[in-house]
Amino acid sequence: MSVSTQNLPPQFEVIDQPLDTQMTISMGPQHPSTHGVLRLELVLDGEMIVKATPDIGYLHTGMEKLFEYKKYQQGIVITDRMDYLNPLGNNLAYVMAVEKLLGLEIPERAQVIRVLMCELQRIASHLVWLGTHALDLGAMTVFFYCFREREKILNLIEACSGGRLTPSYFRIGGIMMDLPGGFERRVKQFTDNFPPALAEFNTLLTGNTIFQSRTKGVGYISPEDAIDWGISGPSLRGSGIGLDIRRANPYTGYETYDFDVPVEQDGDVWARYMVRMREMTESLKIVRQAAARLKPGPVKADAPKVVLPEREAMKTHMDALIHHFLIVAEGFSVPKGEVYHAIEASKGELGVYVKSDGGAKPNRVHFRAPSFVNLSALPIMVEGEMIADVVAVIGSIDIVLGEIDR
Amino acid sequence: MSLFNDIVNSTKAIIKGMSVTFSQIPKQKWTVQYPEEPVTVQPRYRGQHLLHVDELGREKCVACFLCAAACPSDCIYIVATDDPRPAEERIGVDERYASVYNIDYGRCIFCGYCVEACPKDAITHGYNFELSVYSRADLLKTKDDLLITKQKQSPNYRVAFSDEDVDSEYKVV
Repeated sequence: MSVSTQNLPPQFEVIDQPLDTQMTISMGPQHPSTHGVLRLELVLDGEMIVKATPDIGYLHTGMEKLFEYKKYQQGIVITDRMDYLNPLGNNLAYVMAVEKLLGLEIPERAQVIRVLMCELQRIASHLVWLGTHALDLGAMTVFFYCFREREKILNLIEACSGGRLTPSYFRIGGIMMDLPGGFERRVKQFTDNFPPALAEFNTLLTGNTIFQSRTKGVGYISPEDAIDWGISGPSLRGSGIGLDIRRANPYTGYETYDFDVPVEQDGDVWARYMVRMREMTESLKIVRQAAARLKPGPVKADAPKVVLPEREAMKTHMDALIHHFLIVAEGFSVPKGEVYHAIEASKGELGVYVKSDGGAKPNRVHFRAPSFVNLSALPIMVEGEMIADVVAVIGSIDIVLGEIDR
Repeated sequence: MSLFNDIVNSTKAIIKGMSVTFSQIPKQKWTVQYPEEPVTVQPRYRGQHLLHVDELGREKCVACFLCAAACPSDCIYIVATDDPRPAEERIGVDERYASVYNIDYGRCIFCGYCVEACPKDAITHGYNFELSVYSRADLLKTKDDLLITKQKQSPNYRVAFSDEDVDSEYKVV
C-alpha cells in the first residue's frame, strides 16, 4: 500500500491489498501434529484452505526392496516396522499371504491366538490414535490415560513375544511360541478393567461440548468420494459404508465371532471418532470370546519342511535337527506364483502382494498400505476448511508415516 | 442467548472433565520412577544377548554359524577355531569353538531369531536394555561383553514372574 511504484521495473506487480491474495505455507515435516514426518503444502486464502498437497517420502526406508534380499521368515521382522502401532496386524497379513502360497493348514489354537493378539493390538493402536487426536485438539489429559491403558496391552504382548513394539510373534505356519502360563487370567484382568477406562475417555471427550464443536461438521467426505479415493477401515465406515474385511472376506475364523461393525453416517471428523470409539468396545468383545475359546493343542502347522521343529524334538531327533538346520540356513522354497491377501488392520485394508519364483526369497513383496491410500483423500477433506481444522482432520484419518513411505 | 448457552455448556464440560481428572489423584500410580525404581520386564523380554557356559565354565557355542545365518540384519560375526587340547582344558565344550563372537548392536534389531536358531542353547536374550554408549564403535560387543560370566546384573530392572498380574506395576501412593 505504501510501497512506491515509481522506481520498480514493470515486471514487479505491486499488490495493493495483500490480504486478498493467496498464500502458500508449508506445514511440516517437523510439525508435531502431523504424526510423523508428513509435509503439507497449504494454499491459503486468509484462514481458508484453497488447496492442500501432501508431500511424503521423508521416512522412506526401502522396505519393499529389502524383502527381496531376505528369506521368507526373515521378512516378518521387517513388517513390524511398517505400521509400528499395529505390528501384529502387519505380521498376520504377511504370514497369511505366504501361507496362502504354501497352502498351509493352521491349527485351531494358533488361529484363536492370532485373533486374540490382533484385537488387543487394534485396541492399543486406537488408544494411541485417541490420545494423539485429543492432544492435537487441546485435551492433554486423555493422552496420559490412553498411554497408561496401552501400557497394559504392551505388557501382555511383551509377555507372549518378548518385544513390546516389534513382537514378530506370528510365524509362517503358526506362532513363535505358545502363550505363557496364566495368560488367560491376565487377559481377563485386562478385559475387566478396560471398560471403566473407556467410560472415562467418553466422559472426557464424547460428552464434551468443546470437543464436539471442534469435530462436528469438519473434514466432510461423501460416501461416493470415499469409495472413489479407495478409503478403507474406520475412515470409510465414518462415511456410512459398512465395509469391514473381517465381515466381507473373513480370515482366521473371524466369521465365527460375534461382533458388530460400527457405521456412522455423517462423514466428518466426529463420525470417524465415534466409529473408532465404538470399535474398541467391539474388539474387546472379540478378545473375550477368543480368550474363552483357547483350548490346548498345537500352535504350529504340521509341515516339517517349513515350520521350525520343537526345541526338544530338535535336540533328540536327527531328522528334526536336519530340518532345523535347513530351514534356518537356507530357508524353504515357496511354490511359484503370485498371491494377494488383505486383512482389516487398525487403519483399514492392509493388503500384501507376494510374488514367488520358487526360491527361498520372494521375487517381489508389495504392501497396499491403508494409511497411504487414506492420506491421498486428505485434500478432499480439508479444502474449504479453516487452517486450524487441518490437525483435526489429519488426526481423524489416523495415519502412520512408517507405513506410508515404507 | 446462544452465547450464554455456549458459556454454560463449556463450563459444564470443563467441570465434568476435571471431575475425572481429580478422581485419579487418590488412585494408585502406574508411573515408575526409573532409574530410582527398577522397571519390570517380562520373562520373555528380548534384551542384550548372553553367551552361556556349561557347569565347568566352558563356552557352549560350537561355532556352527546358524545364528549368523538366521540373523535378518547380519549383525553377528564369528570366527571358528579348532582347539585340539584334551576336553577338560578346552575353552568350549567341543573341539570347535568361536574364537571371535561379535554382535554389532548398531545393527541388531532384537528379533530373537538367533536364539531360536541356536541348537546348543548357547545364546539367549538377557534382560539388559541399557545399551546407550557415547561412541558408535562401542556398540560392537565382543565375547568379553557378551559372556554370561562377564556381564553384571543391572539394578535397574527386575524380571516378572511368568504369571504375574497385569496391574502388578501399580504403585501405592
